Amino acid sequence: MLRLESCEIENGGFVLRADLEIPAGAKLAIIGPSGAGKSTLIEAIAGFLPLRQGRIFWQGEDLTGLAPGQRPVAMLFQDGNLFPHLTVAQNAGLGLRANLRLSQDEQAQVQQALLRVGLGDLAARKPAELSGGQQSRVALARVLLQRRDILLLDEPFAALGPALKDEMLDLVAEIAAETGATVLMVSHDPQDARRLADQVVLVAEGKAHPPVATAELLDNPPPVLKAYLG
Amino acid sequence: MARRAQPISALPGAGAALIVAALILGTLAAVALRAEAGRGFGGSDWAALRFTLTQAVLSAVLSVGLAIGLARALARRRFWARTALIAFLGAPFILPVIVAILGLLTVFGRAGWISQILMGLGLEPLQIYGLHGVVLAHVFFNLPLATRLILQGWQEIPTERFRLAAQLKAGPGAMWQLLEAPMLRRVVPGALAVVFAICLSSFAVALTLGGGPRATTIELAIYQAFRFDFDLGRAALLSAVQLGLTGIAGFVALRVSDGDGVGAGLDRALRRWDGEAPLARCLDVAWITLAALFLILPLSAVVVSGISGLFLLKASVWMAALTSVLVAGLSTLLLLLLALPMAAAVAMGRSALIEVAGILGLAASPLVIGTGLFIVIYPFVDPFSLALPVTALVNAVMALPFALRILVPRAREVMMRYGRLSLSLNMAGMPFLWRVFLPRMRAQIGFAAGLGAALSMGDLGVITLFADPEVATLPLQVYRLMGAYQMEAAAGAALLLLILSMGAFWILDRGGRWHAEA
Repeated sequence: MLRLESCEIENGGFVLRADLEIPAGAKLAIIGPSGAGKSTLIEAIAGFLPLRQGRIFWQGEDLTGLAPGQRPVAMLFQDGNLFPHLTVAQNAGLGLRANLRLSQDEQAQVQQALLRVGLGDLAARKPAELSGGQQSRVALARVLLQRRDILLLDEPFAALGPALKDEMLDLVAEIAAETGATVLMVSHDPQDARRLADQVVLVAEGKAHPPVATAELLDNPPPVLKAYLG
Repeated sequence: MARRAQPISALPGAGAALIVAALILGTLAAVALRAEAGRGFGGSDWAALRFTLTQAVLSAVLSVGLAIGLARALARRRFWARTALIAFLGAPFILPVIVAILGLLTVFGRAGWISQILMGLGLEPLQIYGLHGVVLAHVFFNLPLATRLILQGWQEIPTERFRLAAQLKAGPGAMWQLLEAPMLRRVVPGALAVVFAICLSSFAVALTLGGGPRATTIELAIYQAFRFDFDLGRAALLSAVQLGLTGIAGFVALRVSDGDGVGAGLDRALRRWDGEAPLARCLDVAWITLAALFLILPLSAVVVSGISGLFLLKASVWMAALTSVLVAGLSTLLLLLLALPMAAAVAMGRSALIEVAGILGLAASPLVIGTGLFIVIYPFVDPFSLALPVTALVNAVMALPFALRILVPRAREVMMRYGRLSLSLNMAGMPFLWRVFLPRMRAQIGFAAGLGAALSMGDLGVITLFADPEVATLPLQVYRLMGAYQMEAAAGAALLLLILSMGAFWILDRGGRWHAEA
């Protein structure tokens, strides 16, 4: 269980409050109006933004003071998820070892992960030689290798077309099922939430609300969400 | 305010900044303590101050004014030699001053090419010594620099904005109002301040083209007080004045050139739809042709007149060349050891003080630091025996502001783009440094190193204070040959210096970009 205990997160003068629990293994969408603090919430969970107050626990372990790389968290950003000077295999391999000194066995694991996301024959390419969808797949291969308990998605597929985006979301769901990861996905599209998430956290008016079942929230949206969904 | 986490420590950068600050401020303190205000600021000192300011203002205004037209022409024209010409605009900045002076003398001097044409027409030959010679040389050096700064401003306007303007059918007036004027307002003050600051500490140009009571800069006056009168008190007083001047100018340059992020645009090959009117075309062509001639002629002059001398070089010149290569190598190493950690720290937004330490090199001139170092070390060691290491160190500190200008924007980009990703992959520390930071910075490191090496190779500043007759770097040797009126040998040695400087820059810059992904 991921527990945010009376957290206050400050981001450039704006404060977001969160006091909620997310069950382990959940697939969860974070939705809300632009600028409400969706990214702020997951950046705090990832450890990029410090808490002004409160604590964050994962399975009872206090994450609050840990550096981002020490947390059981993998994250995909809106863009820049790959290093352009490293090959596909190296980019994925970073999920195993940050210094890229991979053993034979680990190299085999990398190849395995690339096969899993359908990029088995592109290991030696550089990201610039790949399509947008393929780039996303490399990042997902790395997530697979990282084997972290929590996967945070900050709209990494926003630039992809609807069909490709759905394909990626399905791949995320498969990977989450295989690794048992808890998924938190920022989205501004309620369709994404319905596709991937069984629960939704609404972020609005400076507050992250406790998770609610997706269909329940989207079918009977509260006024603030209604205004946003239109 | 709480800080975002960062993938590498800012401590080495703070340490490097501290070393630089200690070196500069320490030597300045030595200068200040030694300055003898009692003797007062004499008439010739006031004249030096006036001349320094006059020539710097004229040089800055002329360089930047001409650069706006040239940059605009280069920004909207596409022609076969464009890339080469823009690359060539970088050359004067790393061109050894003494080489350029020889070239300018060959073209604009009393017996130069233009004078010969004028005399053929029954007119008076040109007079290059004095204020206009100094300003001419400064414009030669800084017009290209200013053009590159302003051109960069043009290129930072996102392609999308030009497309938008084209869709809106923006005419020249609207283009100016929508895109060009706002960009220039942002870029021009910085360019003016940078050129002004550079010209304030002009030494080698004043040494060769100025001189005499009416054309002496403060830097030159420091040198004369030091070298001719060995009057450390007066040298120190002048240094204090110079410091005040360059300090203010450097501070202003720092403040006004603080580039904010312009909207990011995708890096498409830029196609422009404006400036197609015949008048605009003619104007642009004229700008580009005249500027190219102004820059290319003196350099060709060096090559033409140096080739015959190149095969007659004496052993002393080769010795001096070897010395220069060693000094430049050491200086480049020192430069990178200081600049890289500082760039990383600045990119992480740690303490503006680090940035100030980086810019101190602009505030303190080589001769001031040289004077201060002399005062500090001569009770302990014979300063003349340390001429070469001191030169390398001072060159590195002087190149630091430029190196940071090259490194910091890229370092910011690398931190912003890959900092969080690297943190989430637990790459903090060495893996980030070796796998991300240095590889992503490679092109900029090569460029900065090339710049540092070339600047050091061609430097004719602090070495003139410290060198005894036995020791010479190549630029000093050229100057000595000129002083002895051995013009053919000087031209040959100058050509060798040109080859070494440009070669060092080319190798390092190429090395950085070789096989580097964008």
